Amino acid sequence: MAWIDGALISARPQAVAALLRYFRDLDLAEEAYQDACLRALKAWPKNGPPRDPAAWLIMVGRNAAIDVTRRRAKQTELPNEDQISDLSDVEADVVQKLDESDYRDDVLRLLFICCHPDLPQIQQIALALRIVSGLSVKQIARAFLVGESAMEQRITRAKGKVSGAGVPFEAPDAVERAERLAAVAAMIYLVFNEGYSAGADNEERMAFCDEAIRLARLLLRMYPAEPEITGLLALMLLQHSRAAARYGKSGEAVLLEDQDRSLWKKAPMQEGLALIEKAMRSRRSGPYQIQAAIAGVHAHANVASETDWVEIETLYQALERHTPSPVVTLNRSVALSKTQGAEAALNLIDPLADRLDGYFYFHGVRGSYLKELGRTKEAREAFSRAIALANTPAEAAHIRQHLDSLSAQK
Amino acid sequence: MLYTVLCYNDEASVFAWSKEEDDAVMARLNVVHEKWEARGKLKPSIRLLPTSAATTLRKKDDTVLDGPYAETKEQLLGFYVIDVDSLEEGLEFARELTKANPGGAYELRPIMIYNPGS
Repeated sequence: MAWIDGALISARPQAVAALLRYFRDLDLAEEAYQDACLRALKAWPKNGPPRDPAAWLIMVGRNAAIDVTRRRAKQTELPNEDQISDLSDVEADVVQKLDESDYRDDVLRLLFICCHPDLPQIQQIALALRIVSGLSVKQIARAFLVGESAMEQRITRAKGKVSGAGVPFEAPDAVERAERLAAVAAMIYLVFNEGYSAGADNEERMAFCDEAIRLARLLLRMYPAEPEITGLLALMLLQHSRAAARYGKSGEAVLLEDQDRSLWKKAPMQEGLALIEKAMRSRRSGPYQIQAAIAGVHAHANVASETDWVEIETLYQALERHTPSPVVTLNRSVALSKTQGAEAALNLIDPLADRLDGYFYFHGVRGSYLKELGRTKEAREAFSRAIALANTPAEAAHIRQHLDSLSAQK
Repeated sequence: MLYTVLCYNDEASVFAWSKEEDDAVMARLNVVHEKWEARGKLKPSIRLLPTSAATTLRKKDDTVLDGPYAETKEQLLGFYVIDVDSLEEGLEFARELTKANPGGAYELRPIMIYNPGS
């Protein structure tokens, strides 16, 4: 019954979000949703899919939870399945009452409570994957390489913190809504990056990328006119389209310029490119759109040598204006090294030395500029510093190749 | 006789399919595709990219809207396939069509040809 699974998964965020509004309690909302799913598994194969699965689940979940509460109090009987399944008349009303704007604020609230600022990033991610995406604790635990009970505890603790802090049930005003959207977008991108940085051997965690894309799709359906949400989805689709080319046979990371571009997936790439073009038309630029545009320039190049580095450098300048940070400048220097040479790039990043001294990538990039300029001794120093700061064996191995080629030059 | 077979389903739940589910569906579809292609009866098959990638030109006031054409009182009367450099160029085409034929709307949706057909 794959169609039922698909319908249940896609209806989950809306259903849990609306049930949370009814019950004002996360555990009760989740229980009610579970209950509704069990009933759907019995009723839908018989009656066919309801017109609006989310509305069905909300209605049945709410009734079921109320029944449970009553039963606990009075031990009254549950109504039989057929009665509950026969929603054809009532369903229309519910659907009308639950118009898009209700769904929008409900879903946004559900996502927003997962990004409570007191929660460490890992807990935000775990909570969103558990509550909104509906991943099992076991799946999440495996992805984070921890035991199931440890993850269960973490999620319970995170839920406790969120409930203790008070869930904002009043409908948000425009400013609050914008703030919530920004927080939720950042959280979704965290989920994505957790998957993106997983490494070739952790499939569970790589699947976070798909989850993040799914969450962004959901958000974009609710807020189709938000260019930054469009940009976020575009950015993730473009980055994810390269997934198959990012790791070599033995799991080593393959740099963008060395990737086999025939392995880039066309469908997400085309979609990402279409989305970014659409978003840019709004003329309300933002960091996700700009980063997506940069990824888009790479996507347009069939071979690495065709990359439009001038355009990328301009986009990084725009990104620096939006979110000034030494890391963004460091990235811009890479584009600059392609358009104006290693000397110019080196001049751009040298003032960053203090702030980026503990950053692996800074020393790696700096070493490659020095190497290009024939300043071998300094290059070797920079690469050695980078190796000392490498976060993964793959990063260290990559720098070691540079060092080896320096030795070979001598 | 040429026919087009328009495919409808709930986008959100199709996008909730797991990779295995998606692969399984595609494998089953491909059996049908191959059979009809061998008979020379299957022409290009096209996948529309999701509605979030759509842009709609409302003809009466030349308004460009984010998203698909959502009204239900008009019917789908036809479609063009165009190969343009940008969404802007696509809109330019749609605006020229509008001058020739005002009323209704044009939805521009990126597509992918996943099977050129026989």
